[in-house]
Amino acid sequence: MAKFSKKRGKSSPKVSTASLPDIIFMLLFFFMMVTVLRDSDLKLSVNTPEATQLTKLDEKSLVNYIYVGRPTAQYQDIYGTSPRIQLGDKISTVDDIPLFLEQHKVKLPEAKRGRITSSLRVDGDVTMGIVQDVKTKLRKSNQLRINYSAGKRAGELN
Amino acid sequence: MAKTKTRDRMNNEINAGSMADIAFLLLIFFLVTTTIAEDKGILVRLPPWSDEEPDITKLKERNVYSVLVNANNQLLVREEPMRISQLRENAKEFISNPRRLENMSESPKNAIISLKNDRGTNYQTYLAVYNELKGAYDELWDELAQKRYGEPYSDDMPFAQRKAIKGEIPMVLSEAEPTNFGEEN
Repeated sequence: MAKFSKKRGKSSPKVSTASLPDIIFMLLFFFMMVTVLRDSDLKLSVNTPEATQLTKLDEKSLVNYIYVGRPTAQYQDIYGTSPRIQLGDKISTVDDIPLFLEQHKVKLPEAKRGRITSSLRVDGDVTMGIVQDVKTKLRKSNQLRINYSAGKRAGELN
Repeated sequence: MAKTKTRDRMNNEINAGSMADIAFLLLIFFLVTTTIAEDKGILVRLPPWSDEEPDITKLKERNVYSVLVNANNQLLVREEPMRISQLRENAKEFISNPRRLENMSESPKNAIISLKNDRGTNYQTYLAVYNELKGAYDELWDELAQKRYGEPYSDDMPFAQRKAIKGEIPMVLSEAEPTNFGEEN
């Protein structure tokens, strides 16, 4: 016992903090990789419905987002209260969809263009009319891979 | 030249003690701005555009599972009203037809689901119906995969196995142009 305590007393138990920056940098890079800076701020209120048979979209760069919903309170005096479409950060009409798809497409390498997915983020309370118009336009623009964005439903269906 | 001399004399080391602080600052910034929001949803392949409507009247009636959703979000399945919660089981029975009934599909390969909605149908209802129909197929694939390969159907399975299962029970869902009775604006 005496031996132990003597030894301890002599040495100064300091933890080296030299590797701390490295650890922090590692964490930093991780978060930098997973971060998606919010690209478009929503002018519509979009509350996607819930479902169970979900697929995860893997490559974010191959996805373009089409929002459908009613304008939020601060935009209602400009855009009204009926459901609208938002592409990027602009309120648009269905006729703008082909150009929007094209703009997304040209940024990608040719080999990946076949796997582009359009994610439809549609508010649950919107009627199918506008969604149908979007779908028809997507079909006409030959963008056939679509994803009805939805949250995970935990409970039972009523 | 004299300048370099003074430089050489100096201790040319940057103090790295504050490096951690800088890294922390950046880390906290990215922590705050990060949204690890995964985008999930129901993946659908739309049919290519053609000006003609697909004609389902040519098909045998027993093979067509017609689902109509009206503007009041009510369901009519094969001429009979139904609740969404019953739809999955009913569709599964129709597709697999375990008791070989006369009024259900000849085989899973022949089964066709025809979905038609109104422009006034709620999107939420539409998606719930779509979800149930897809769920019916997912469960059938699961059962077949379990029976054949002893594991549930998943994307990690070998491609050949998935192809075999999808060949056995192909998902054919045809969506007709919606009616327009109750669109609100």
